[in-house]
Amino acid sequence: MLLVPETDFGTPASRAEKLVTLTIDGREITVPEGTSIMRASMEAGIQVPKLCATDMVDAFGSCRLCLIEIDGRNGTPASCTTPVVPGLVVHTQTARLKDIRKGVMELYISDHPLDCLTCAANGDCELQDMAGAVGLRDVRYGYDGDNHVKARDGDGTNARWMPKDESNPYFTYDPSKCIVCSRCVRACEEVQGTFALTIEGRGFDSRVSPGQHEDFLSSECVSCGACVQACPTATLTEKSVIAIGQPEHSVVTTCAYCGVGCSFKAEMRGEELVRMVPWKDGQANRGHSCVKGRFAYGYSTHKERILNPMIREKVTDPWREVSWEEALAHTAAEFRRIQYQYGRESIGGITSSRCTNEETYLVQKLIRAGFRNNNVDTCARVCHSPTGYGLGQAFGTSAGTQNFDSVEQTDVVIVIGANPTDGHPVFGSRLKKRLRQGAKLIVIDPRRIDLVRSPHVEAAFHLPLRPGTNVAVVTALAHVIVTEGLCDENFIRTRCDWSEFEDWAGFVSEERHSPEATEALTGVPADALRGAARLFATGGNGSIYYGLGVTEHSQGSTTVMAIANLAMATGNIGRPGVGVNPLRGQNNVQGSCDMGSFPHELPGYRHVSDDATRDIFEKLWGVTISDEPGLRIPNMLDAAVDGSFKGLYIQGEDILQSDPDTKHVAAGLAAMECVVVQDLFLNETANYAHVFLPGSTFLEKDGTFTNAERRINRVRKVMTPRNGYADWEVTQNLARAMGLSWTYTHPSQIMDEIAATTPSFAKVSYAYLEEKGSVQWPCNEAAPEGSPIMHVDGFVRGKGKFIRTEYVATDEKTGPRFPLLLTTGRILSQYNVGAQTRRTENVVWHEEDRLEIHPHDAELRGIRDGDWVRLASRSGDTTLRALITDRVATGVVYTTFHHPTTQANVITTDFSDWATNCPEYKVTAVQISPSNGPSEWQAEYEDQARQSRRIAAKLEAAE
Amino acid sequence: MDRHHVSSDLATSVAEIVSDMKHLEGPLLPILHAVQHAFGHVPNEAVPMIATGLNLSRAEVHGVVTFYHDYRSLPAGRHVLKLCRAEACQAMGGDRLGDRAKNRLGIDFHQTTADGAVTLEPVFCLGLCSTAPAAMLDGAVHGRLDTEGLDTLLAEVGA
Repeated sequence: MLLVPETDFGTPASRAEKLVTLTIDGREITVPEGTSIMRASMEAGIQVPKLCATDMVDAFGSCRLCLIEIDGRNGTPASCTTPVVPGLVVHTQTARLKDIRKGVMELYISDHPLDCLTCAANGDCELQDMAGAVGLRDVRYGYDGDNHVKARDGDGTNARWMPKDESNPYFTYDPSKCIVCSRCVRACEEVQGTFALTIEGRGFDSRVSPGQHEDFLSSECVSCGACVQACPTATLTEKSVIAIGQPEHSVVTTCAYCGVGCSFKAEMRGEELVRMVPWKDGQANRGHSCVKGRFAYGYSTHKERILNPMIREKVTDPWREVSWEEALAHTAAEFRRIQYQYGRESIGGITSSRCTNEETYLVQKLIRAGFRNNNVDTCARVCHSPTGYGLGQAFGTSAGTQNFDSVEQTDVVIVIGANPTDGHPVFGSRLKKRLRQGAKLIVIDPRRIDLVRSPHVEAAFHLPLRPGTNVAVVTALAHVIVTEGLCDENFIRTRCDWSEFEDWAGFVSEERHSPEATEALTGVPADALRGAARLFATGGNGSIYYGLGVTEHSQGSTTVMAIANLAMATGNIGRPGVGVNPLRGQNNVQGSCDMGSFPHELPGYRHVSDDATRDIFEKLWGVTISDEPGLRIPNMLDAAVDGSFKGLYIQGEDILQSDPDTKHVAAGLAAMECVVVQDLFLNETANYAHVFLPGSTFLEKDGTFTNAERRINRVRKVMTPRNGYADWEVTQNLARAMGLSWTYTHPSQIMDEIAATTPSFAKVSYAYLEEKGSVQWPCNEAAPEGSPIMHVDGFVRGKGKFIRTEYVATDEKTGPRFPLLLTTGRILSQYNVGAQTRRTENVVWHEEDRLEIHPHDAELRGIRDGDWVRLASRSGDTTLRALITDRVATGVVYTTFHHPTTQANVITTDFSDWATNCPEYKVTAVQISPSNGPSEWQAEYEDQARQSRRIAAKLEAAE
Repeated sequence: MDRHHVSSDLATSVAEIVSDMKHLEGPLLPILHAVQHAFGHVPNEAVPMIATGLNLSRAEVHGVVTFYHDYRSLPAGRHVLKLCRAEACQAMGGDRLGDRAKNRLGIDFHQTTADGAVTLEPVFCLGLCSTAPAAMLDGAVHGRLDTEGLDTLLAEVGA
């Protein structure tokens, strides 16, 4: 195996359609208009020497190495900043150019350390390469005199020298190796959009500075690593490369964090991961990454990872390490015993949104064909189940309508209930890039998220609604669009059901839905709302991006339908730049939904009561499948408390931490007789487990993840599973222990079975993915290349369906005892329940969850910044430290939920979406008061967790 | 308390300057000039305020402030003496004048005398090559300087 080759063309590709032909070094080449001569040369196979150019950022023209000569023109222009012109005759190598380049390199090297052999970039240094390319043999200026290289100069210290900045946990900045090419500064600006870096000073004093001459960690740097990737020298280098050395082979795989699904090259030395580098050809991320994907993989080798199966009689016992055979035989026997004793419906399972499609498919197959019931659910229950339901109703498919590239052609963006720069950072960067190009932004969020205003990005409108009033706000937007005659009637008449539209238009036009009528309820000023509605309806391509702030409400499904209505009414469906785009939370939450993880749906969103669909699987699997929907997660827990549900197989999900009303979840789990947890770590749910099956990481298995744009991306194994088996093998072994005769030897066979049974996956196979890189479902005979944009010529369901969206206030209301509304969200450096990211260096950015509270609300309660506060709701209470900020409005408080000790879900209620049971995480009435420290529950919980995590063999070994 | 007073004073003035000038085309340089005019320098604490006002990053403003030598991050002395160090002035004995000024004042270039009277700075160039060597004292230019002329200027500022 070798490193996956990637060509650096020096400058970005031109999108122009007009072609230009010119001659470079005697070769004729045709490229799109606007292409630089540097890029055209590279496409012709001629590498012009360069240092400051790289194709992730625009041309800059500062290094003076890429000079060329052009017949009929004076001078030696830079090839990176000179565009092609028809008929141009270019020479990239002449006596004059050779002299200039050598001279320039001499100057560079006269102020650069000569420690190549011990340098971390040795073998991957463009400066070294260019010294070789220009034939540098001597530096006439010598290495004495003014320099940035030596810590001491003669007798005194060298004032120009700066020590290494090692403050960032993942990379170092060594100013002595910097050639001031500005690539890092431009990557931070153009690719990431954070603008954390600059070149300070001028001339010989110039240097890279994070913030105002501070270290990286204290600056605004978000550690996305784009600067490290852009750096041509060892100035910015991954600490892992410094520790290990250069990689020798690489494998393209898919990130296992959020639903953006970035493609990465896992750069390896043997079975050791040296670094993750975003893959330029990855169509979701286009060569960019965030701190989690690029750097936060250390959890896979964390000391707390469990590598041996364990069982115990009672959850109060310590764990006992056993062989795989014993663990699986024990589990199978227990499940069979429970079913014999309590009935076929008394066990079930939960599939994982973090595992692969193939693994998820196997878990639901085990439940349907082995457990012989439909008691399967997935964590999408608690996040995007309303998306599935709402979009299914309106359009006929349960998924977003666009690809991520679509954002490059949008003109007006509504971001509602999502915080892309934290939750979906790479998409956030792509959105910011488009906004800097002039697209307009409308943010609908109770909190002033970064997109509302951050360097070079400013929302045209921020509608700071009161939590729980999404339906009222989106319906009011529709009111303005309909009553002011801004609908796209042509689109509606041709693509949607006109009579349903008329009914809906009549409904939203009622005066009670006007912004003025709803202002008191929603807290959104009527004129701002009107302005936003007009902008969206008239501003060109309008797209809507939303997240859990939409779905995790008692009216989550209604809001999704209201969003679909808005998109259809304005004709914003079915072409690039528009659409309804749910930002899915987990790497494979889309896939887990696609794979039949819901109790009422077989793979491909086909209802279990559909005889034809059941027939396909019954014939293949040789069993009869129940035509009755099974239990959802909350129903399983209720049934457990009632005593009729006794066994649960949970793959890669931590329901005790992630599901609402922790105490109820704990009671349900405690009432079961066999809880099987398959995970990397002893997660919170494992405190109540009887069997622990160690899981494998995404680096240790083959498979596919499906991201938020329905893109099926390959996950490729780069190392042997440390626990012995990939998760699909564990499920298969459990199935075998239960008497099923499964014989998969590779996940590709599972995908073949999915393709054979599921029409939207009909053409998908590993061979096809190898050929195409990735495809977006539906991918079948009708759409052999996959479907980047959906509903292009017509809606999947036929005619688009407008649905009335009546606002019904949640039952969770503020009152004298609980006067504030709590809403929750995520932060960039941590991921969901934090099981992975808390076990990486990412904790330097977020070591605890804090409660954001407005200064006014804080002052009323005598709370100062950093104080411990008690956060109480009708369900329970917890404590955490306050963070005083005006990002939240008065009356609203906010926290993240990444740390188990915070126990934010002790607070949340058991209210849920009317259609899908998706919990109402985003609205809880609370009271805040000063506190001395952790609550009684937190102390009890800590104690119980500590007791529960004891491992017998390890205790003995320690003694 | 006193320090707190000064910084809230700074915040108010900077906010006023930014809001008055942010609508100009290319407002950053005029704002930096105005801040330097008001405070004698561009205090580090003013940089985040200007950045927020113009919706730039702190780094970007820092980059601009440090690029131009005329923006100071610390207050200058009561008088500023700039000696031209460009080619023509060097050819006409500018270096000797520089050494003399440093000796007389007891400071190096870019430094201010202990009593806060004079800041000495090099400059490239004043555009007075025909009357080299040249200097600028508190904004007024002086040409054809010799030892005597320099001493007169130094005497004016009390050195």
